[in-house]
Amino acid sequence: MKIGLRNNRDFLAGLIFVLIGVLAVAVARGYPVGTAMRMGSGYFPTVLGGILILLGAWVMGRGLRSGEKVKGEWGWKPLALIALAIVLFGFLMARLGLIPALVAVLFASALAGREFRFKEVFVLTAVMSVFAVLVLLYVLKMPYPLVAGYLWIS
Amino acid sequence: MDILSNLAFGFGVAFSLQNLAYCFIGVLLGTLIGVLPGIGPLVAIGMLFPLTFTLPPVAALIMLAGIYYGAQYGGSTTSILVNLPGETASAVTCLDGYQMARQGRAGPALAVAALASFFAGCVGTLLIALAGPPLAEWALMFGAAEYFSMMLMALVASAVLASGDIVKGFCMVVVGLLLGLVGTDVNSGMARYTFGVMELYDGIGFTVIVVGLFAVAEVVSNLESKEAREVFTKKIGNLMPTREDIRDSAWPTVRGTAVGSIFGVLPGTGPALSSFVTYMLEKKIAKDPSRFGKGAIEGVAAPEAANNAAAQTNFIPMLTLGIPSSAIMALMMGAMIVQGITPGPQVMTQNPELFWGIIASMWIGNLLLVVLNLPLVGIWVSLLRVPYRWLFPSIVMFCCIGNYSVSNSAVDVYLCALVGVLGYALVKLECEPAPLILGYVLGPLMEEYLRRAMLLSRGDPTVFFTRPLSLAFVAGTVLVLAVMVAPAVRRKREEP
Repeated sequence: MKIGLRNNRDFLAGLIFVLIGVLAVAVARGYPVGTAMRMGSGYFPTVLGGILILLGAWVMGRGLRSGEKVKGEWGWKPLALIALAIVLFGFLMARLGLIPALVAVLFASALAGREFRFKEVFVLTAVMSVFAVLVLLYVLKMPYPLVAGYLWIS
Repeated sequence: MDILSNLAFGFGVAFSLQNLAYCFIGVLLGTLIGVLPGIGPLVAIGMLFPLTFTLPPVAALIMLAGIYYGAQYGGSTTSILVNLPGETASAVTCLDGYQMARQGRAGPALAVAALASFFAGCVGTLLIALAGPPLAEWALMFGAAEYFSMMLMALVASAVLASGDIVKGFCMVVVGLLLGLVGTDVNSGMARYTFGVMELYDGIGFTVIVVGLFAVAEVVSNLESKEAREVFTKKIGNLMPTREDIRDSAWPTVRGTAVGSIFGVLPGTGPALSSFVTYMLEKKIAKDPSRFGKGAIEGVAAPEAANNAAAQTNFIPMLTLGIPSSAIMALMMGAMIVQGITPGPQVMTQNPELFWGIIASMWIGNLLLVVLNLPLVGIWVSLLRVPYRWLFPSIVMFCCIGNYSVSNSAVDVYLCALVGVLGYALVKLECEPAPLILGYVLGPLMEEYLRRAMLLSRGDPTVFFTRPLSLAFVAGTVLVLAVMVAPAVRRKREEP
């Protein structure tokens, strides 16, 4: 049964909705609810969270009855690598500057593909980085450092 | 004539060098995006919209609008030539367009698609100009209760009419509404759902949600399956349609335009559904329905006219009532809000240069698109030979840059990764993401109108039923629900 639930399409979808609803209601408990006439900041989110929990539970229940499976495989590897690439960009951009961030995001996301040809990725990284730098710094005149600490171009 | 002088005024605005340039950039980018698979107009607008902050509002919206309808043109090119819709609204065009191309009639198919789109675009633009002022005047009578009921109707319709499951559609709307509430509450100044993160006090950015939900999720979905894209090198041949082609496609174009114009205004439907419905209509009324799917020119002209007409009339509710009828219009609305313009009936009187300038620019943009698409079709096709393994790292890179440039903070980039993971899971579980965007944009507005309506009625919820206009919207909501739920109920009953 446990294994059956892991790929049960509607059960999982409903579970996500219920969790979001519970989170919404739980956090909104800290906000004043007020009355129907003078609603506090907690009123609307609490109502929405409640609706989401109910609807989500319905979807979960339907999943249990129909037992429909998720189509295809989960792409965990590309998902993890793409998410990692994006996080790396943010991390490096704030600390080391534009060029390290661009190189990191292009290389890391290219790893998520089915084939990784080093030479191709190298050329792609070079071309796209130069393009991005040109557009950002010279066309849009964004004040980003190329490499943190030195090399400011604006 | 009032309309003529207004249109003349609009053309004056749109023909300024700057606005003309942004219109051109918009339709060029739109065509590019429409041709390239894996990136739609929604994501493109989401990513480019931080870059438009510095532009004047008219130029920014002209460009964003250009991307939107430009993508409808570009999408049809790939449908016809390689049987791959670059954009969902062009999926139906594949059926007959690709067959025409296989029979060596790619040229006429492309020409008819472009001309039908141009005709529909012109009619759509004219409709906005005609319907806009009276609608806006009508909307000026709306109070808080009417706005709340109207938004409710738009949200319910978007959930019901989106492809897939209705209940999951509602869930997505509610998730969107909740995401829209993150940030400082306008009424009390209280920070909600910020978890102490300073960057969240202004709410979660549009770009974060749209790019994460659509671009990141789409890239990952494409990578999980085998690359099935083939590279075609086909001669397009003579572009000129024969006299027979023109005659055969004239009425389907007109009918497609009519259907598309209606669907464009309805919330939650838009170009994709309209092209599908038109195709079915043409097939039904054709003398010889068996020709469809084997290269019937009507099957190209009608859906292309429909999706382009819908792309234009989509703007009507947003520009006049301040209600987005699709996810893309929700984004355009967001772009207006960022520019300091409150979408709604007052736009026409307070920012006439914006309203009429956009309308005039659409007509110019449609003309530019015919020029861009027909003679230059070879260039667009050669773009299709770019393999996906070069494309997706570049898409991810643009996603990151787009998010970082909103407020120059890494937090937006991290959030985008998070939304991307959630978005991929939801797509995998077959939850349609478009209703979420609508909810996200309308969330804060709906809460505001709900509070105001309840305050004015002294806490009496019957206000939504006693005011006639509001009642009409509530009735509309119930009707939409009833129509869609009824067949499901009947099917259930038939099953023992």
